[in-house]
Amino acid sequence: MQPSRESSEATTTTAEEAFREVTVCLPGHLRTLANVGKYITLGVTDPVTPRRLLDVLEEQLPSLRGTIRDHATGCRRAYLRFYACEEDISHDSLDEPLPHDVVAGTEPFIIMGAVSGG
Amino acid sequence: MSKIRVLVGTNKGGFVIRGDAKRDSWEISGPFFEGWQIYHMKGSPVDPNRIYASQSTSWHGQVMQRSNDGGETWETVGNEFIYDGVPGTHQWYDGTPHPWEFARVWHIEPSLDDPDTLYCGVEDAALFVSRDGANTWKEMSGFRGQGTGSSWTPGAGGMCLHTILLDPVNQDRMFAAVSSAGVFRSDDRGETWRPITKGIRSEFLPNPDAEIGHCVHRITMNPTRPEVLFMQKHWDVMRSDNAGESWYEISGNLPTDFGFPIAVSSNEPDTVFVVPITSDLFHVPPEGKLRVYRSQVGGNDWEPLTKGLPQEHCYVNVLRDAMDVDELDSCGVYFGTTGGQVFMSPDSGDTWQTLAQSLPSVLSIEVQTIR
Repeated sequence: MQPSRESSEATTTTAEEAFREVTVCLPGHLRTLANVGKYITLGVTDPVTPRRLLDVLEEQLPSLRGTIRDHATGCRRAYLRFYACEEDISHDSLDEPLPHDVVAGTEPFIIMGAVSGG
Repeated sequence: MSKIRVLVGTNKGGFVIRGDAKRDSWEISGPFFEGWQIYHMKGSPVDPNRIYASQSTSWHGQVMQRSNDGGETWETVGNEFIYDGVPGTHQWYDGTPHPWEFARVWHIEPSLDDPDTLYCGVEDAALFVSRDGANTWKEMSGFRGQGTGSSWTPGAGGMCLHTILLDPVNQDRMFAAVSSAGVFRSDDRGETWRPITKGIRSEFLPNPDAEIGHCVHRITMNPTRPEVLFMQKHWDVMRSDNAGESWYEISGNLPTDFGFPIAVSSNEPDTVFVVPITSDLFHVPPEGKLRVYRSQVGGNDWEPLTKGLPQEHCYVNVLRDAMDVDELDSCGVYFGTTGGQVFMSPDSGDTWQTLAQSLPSVLSIEVQTIR
């Protein structure tokens, strides 16, 4: 199931902050762990960055703490990738604002496990 | 009426195998945590329905699980394993200093008297304790900081603290073993530690009698006689009669003394079980025959146990945490293989039954005798 492509209107909470509904796509192991589906919608205030999104995700689903970012370093775990709007943003700063279409809720923020086989 | 619960950790999830005291009827449930590696599951001796599980993947790191109903349902608990203070360095493969980095929990050892207290042995080798049912963790830094840690070097399987033994008689005493480092003892409930390797010899070391660097694969004890320890080392099967102060070899007539697990009977403290493996280069049974060897005299004199075990074309391994015993009158012995088989003997190894034929590769076996 794909996330809704309808743009979500920002709900203003203060003069500076707006409340956004952002969709996150989780890899299979984390869906099993948190007992949720592939997509989860999170409420995040501006500016929407990977760090703020992950903070909200972990607050809402505490079982995911430490499984996306390393507890000791706070960094993305080595075998995970972050994608947005068909771009690999894994090496961007966690504090870089996410693309407009992710913030608007029309594109998901994708967390993907590295592909390996054999 | 007693019941048996076999906790099976595998490369792709956890399983629970339940049987009654007759040990002739078994039911397998699982997989739990499917797709994740379950390095170890172990129940509290005080409350057998309280079970802890170590769950991990290379992608998502370490997760800990707790069950309060004997493995029927599970809840995620704390997974924050942070080394105490400045982690420092140990020796890397090339001899250079390498930062201590947490990788996973290898072994869980619940307290003998409190279901909310448990110890974990982790990679890179360290000892952690939780006193709130695994919600939070604190490093017992006296272990890593006992003075030799900076010289520890990982082996091929990583530098893991894989065995924790709690002395049921002298409750101040704990034992722990680390791959390619050695075996250690605390006499003050884990506050301070020292190596106990006198008598252990490893020919591959520059100094074969060195205090540190011995690749201990597993140690075990019978709880009624905790001063007697048995060890399966990289090569050599060893015994100590004085709580590790000194060790002597008991390999005797084994076809090879390389192996991983070692277990001692619950009601015959001189009956010991090992699974000889061809060599450090070929981790399979000699001649393709899966044989458990039993000594009923505390070592040196060993006999092969084969009835019910595959005796041709069998090329599996039995890992260090993958053998255990039950506490029934005729001691049951259980082990799992890297080929996904789980075998059980109801008669101290004389005959064997297959409990599971085709599970994922078995990483650990723990047996609960529930009365």
